[in-house]
Amino acid sequence: MSGLSTPSVIPFPRLRLWLLAVPVLLLIAYLVLMDNGAISQTGAYLHELMHDGRHLLGVPCH
Amino acid sequence: MVRTLLVRGLLLGLLAGLIAGGFAFAYGEPRVDSAIALEEAHAAREAPGHHHGEEELVGRPGQKAGLFLATGLYGLAVGGVFALVYAGLRGRVGPRSEGGLALAAAGTAFVAVILVPFVKYPANPPAVGDPDTIGSRTLLYVVTILVGLAATAIAVATARRVTAGPWARWVAAVAAFLVPVVAAWTLLPTVNEVPDGFPATLLWQFRLASLGTQLVFWTAFGVLFGWVSDRAARRAAAVPATAALPV
Ligand SMILES: [Zn+2]
Repeated sequence: MSGLSTPSVIPFPRLRLWLLAVPVLLLIAYLVLMDNGAISQTGAYLHELMHDGRHLLGVPCH
Repeated sequence: MVRTLLVRGLLLGLLAGLIAGGFAFAYGEPRVDSAIALEEAHAAREAPGHHHGEEELVGRPGQKAGLFLATGLYGLAVGGVFALVYAGLRGRVGPRSEGGLALAAAGTAFVAVILVPFVKYPANPPAVGDPDTIGSRTLLYVVTILVGLAATAIAVATARRVTAGPWARWVAAVAAFLVPVVAAWTLLPTVNEVPDGFPATLLWQFRLASLGTQLVFWTAFGVLFGWVSDRAARRAAAVPATAALPV
C-alpha cells in the first residue's frame, strides 16, 4: 500500500521538458476565451462560434 | 509518468468540459436567448423599420453547438495545465493520496481562478457590456486570476511554516489567502456596464448559470482525475506486491 500513502515524487528536471506544453495549452484557452480574431486570423468567425461558451464560462465579452 | 498524467488531464478535462457544456446548454442558453431577444428589441426601438445590416457569421443553432466546442477545448487546455501542476505538487504539497490531492487541487483552483475573479467581475450575458472597454475588462479579469494564484501560493507557503497544529495552520492559510484577495477586490476599479432597465432576475439567473457551469466543470474534473489516479496508484501498488508473493 506504499504506493497509495506516499506517491512517488517526480524530480523537477524530468518535469521541465513537459512544461513546454503550457504555452500551447494557454494559447488554446486564449483562443477560446479572449481572442477576437487578432491571433486566429479568422476574423470574428471563431469568436462568434464559441461566443456562448465565452459568456457562460464567465469571461468578459461584448 | 508525466506523459501519463498529461494525457489523463487532457482527456478528462475534455470530458469534464463537455459535461459542463451540457449544464450550460440546459441552464445557461435560455438566459442567453432572453438577453439576445432584449438586445434585438432594444436595437429595433432605436432604429424602427431599419433592419439590421450586419450579417450573422454564425446563427444561434451554430452558437449552441459551438458552446460544446468552447467548453470542451477549455477543459482540454485547463486539464492539461492542471495535470502538469499536479505532477509538480504530488508528494511535495497537499494530501498524500492521489484522489485527495486531485480533489484538493481542483477545489483550490475553483476558488483561486474562478471565484476570486467572479466576486469582483461577475459574468455578464450578451447585451451587457460596452464593446469599447473589452480590452481593459479582459486585462482586469486576468489580473484577478493572477491575484488568486499568487494568494494561493502565499497561503500554502504560510501554512507550511505554522507548526502549532492543524487548526492554526488552516486559520493561517485562510488569512494569508484572504489578505491579498480582499485588498485586490477593494483596490481594483469597479466595472458596472449593466444597462438601465436590464431585468435583475435575468442577470442573476445568468450569473448563477455561469458560476454553476464552472462549478460543474471543476467538480467533474476533480472527481474524475482523482478517481482515475487512485485506481492507477492502487494497480501500481498491487503489481509488485503480488509479484513478490512466493507461489
Ligand atoms: Zn459577447
